Amino acid sequence: MLRLLNIEYLKLRYSRSARILIITYFILITFIALIASIEFNIGQIEFRVADQGIFNFPYIWHFNSYIAALLKLFLAIVIVSMMSNEYSNRTIKQNLIDGMSKKEFILSKFITVLVFAGISTLFLFIVSLILGYSFSDFTEFSIVTSDLEYLLAYFVKLTGFFAFCMFLGILVKRSAFALGFLVVWYIFENILHAILKFKIFKGTDTASDIMQFFPLQAISNLIVEPFSRLNAVQAAATQIGEALDKDYGIHWYQLLIVIAWIAIFVYLSLALLKKRDL
Amino acid sequence: METILSLNNLTKRFGKLTAVDDLSFSIEKGNVYGILGPNGSGKSTTLGMVLNVVNKTSGEFRWFDGGLSTHEALKKVGAIIEHPNFYPYMTAVQNLALVCKIKGTDEKKIHEKLEIVGLLDRKDSKFSTFSLGMKQRLAIASALLNDPEILILDEPTNGLDPQGIHQIRVIIRNIAAGGTTILLASHLLDEVEKVCSHVVIIRKGKKLYSGPVDEIVSSHGFFEVKAPDMEKLQRLLKDHPKIGKINFTEGLITAFLTEPMNAEEINSYLFEKGLSLSYLIKRKESLEEQFLQLTNQISQN
Repeated sequence: MLRLLNIEYLKLRYSRSARILIITYFILITFIALIASIEFNIGQIEFRVADQGIFNFPYIWHFNSYIAALLKLFLAIVIVSMMSNEYSNRTIKQNLIDGMSKKEFILSKFITVLVFAGISTLFLFIVSLILGYSFSDFTEFSIVTSDLEYLLAYFVKLTGFFAFCMFLGILVKRSAFALGFLVVWYIFENILHAILKFKIFKGTDTASDIMQFFPLQAISNLIVEPFSRLNAVQAAATQIGEALDKDYGIHWYQLLIVIAWIAIFVYLSLALLKKRDL
Repeated sequence: METILSLNNLTKRFGKLTAVDDLSFSIEKGNVYGILGPNGSGKSTTLGMVLNVVNKTSGEFRWFDGGLSTHEALKKVGAIIEHPNFYPYMTAVQNLALVCKIKGTDEKKIHEKLEIVGLLDRKDSKFSTFSLGMKQRLAIASALLNDPEILILDEPTNGLDPQGIHQIRVIIRNIAAGGTTILLASHLLDEVEKVCSHVVIIRKGKKLYSGPVDEIVSSHGFFEVKAPDMEKLQRLLKDHPKIGKINFTEGLITAFLTEPMNAEEINSYLFEKGLSLSYLIKRKESLEEQFLQLTNQISQN
């Protein structure tokens, strides 16, 4: 395990573009703190985002994991290119000839994916903790530690997305095309969703029930947007007479769907590598 | 003798095309083998299969005594294939360190191996800045890192300039002199002739011959002779029991032997019959001639 991680570390460490993207990614996560300083005036009312309770425990776990997850594309680029560069430099061939098994090759990449997701989660935990203790109205231990399942969901969400990227990197072999394929797939899922929702299963929940099994939709379902949960938004909605009773929780079956996709992507990557002549 | 690699009816099909057809041979420790064949004859595909990058269609191959999985066995093998493949953004030393990690060997060897291939002064340059010759030499250094039981080289001099070719050949010969088993795939006859003791000749994926280089054709060589009276010479040669076919071209008679005979014997035979030669030379076919003869025989059948 450690040997494989070490091999992958060497490969990434000397690649300047990978280094820049990874550093940028982590710096951007810390920039969530900057949201606190956003201020604007609506007429006479002075509006400070930090005062809206976004950094209150336990809501901060939800808010930060949602925002931080938006940045995952940076690491996705690193992962796609670390897969496809092995093809374009033909180093994958050399790795195998030097005595790596195909299983070890995929495993080394997947361990890297897990490490990326793990470090991101740890990093997010620390940043949120610091932000929370600086701005939160409540800092009792029991409140701080509640809703931590958002971090678990964040971890699974990143792993799922990265595993998808890993598979695309192997499938398409060219990083630009693999990222393009990702976008195409995203559009495909959305169009399919729209067709199901507005044409085939009009007026029922069937469309969402089906779509939750598609990889990107499943990944996105894990953490629901946190904005409408804010007091200010809730209050505004009540005034208009619109009741917002959205389900913001993390559900085990949603986690399970994504975990199943992770297994499928890893298995498919290996199967593809085994089947191909290099 | 210890067998390092044995192939048994190994076959590879790409759709309708059979790239490697029922190929069997084995590699014994301590010899230098050449796999010889025209371009597209299936040399690289054969090596690809035993090196775990091309899936075989049928048949089998066995590394060492067959007790290891292919990828474990490959850790005891050093191989380079057609193009040197390394991470372009890493330096020579960094690339070799990575190979050490994969093979599970000590990184102390890096310095020594870079010295063998003469790349020490460029050890901290990025791979992308290397010339093709340097890349190829780095690949050889990388293949040597684990002090392999066998070194596999696929067209090691392909695309190099004469100087580069010379450098690579000197390196290969030095390695061979050190007792390492070598398997060299090439379409260049003189390369195989200069370096190898044994040869496997394949054409369209089929094995034509395998064995020592000097026994390729069961021929006893031939004489090239000239005499002032060519007609008499031709007649006398025809009567000799050990001589078979006779060719007469450009004022030179080529007489092929059916049994071993040395130059003194033919000389004194002709002298007794009252003919003195102005030119006599005994030759064996060069590998090139033998190779062409062999490939032609098969295509005529």
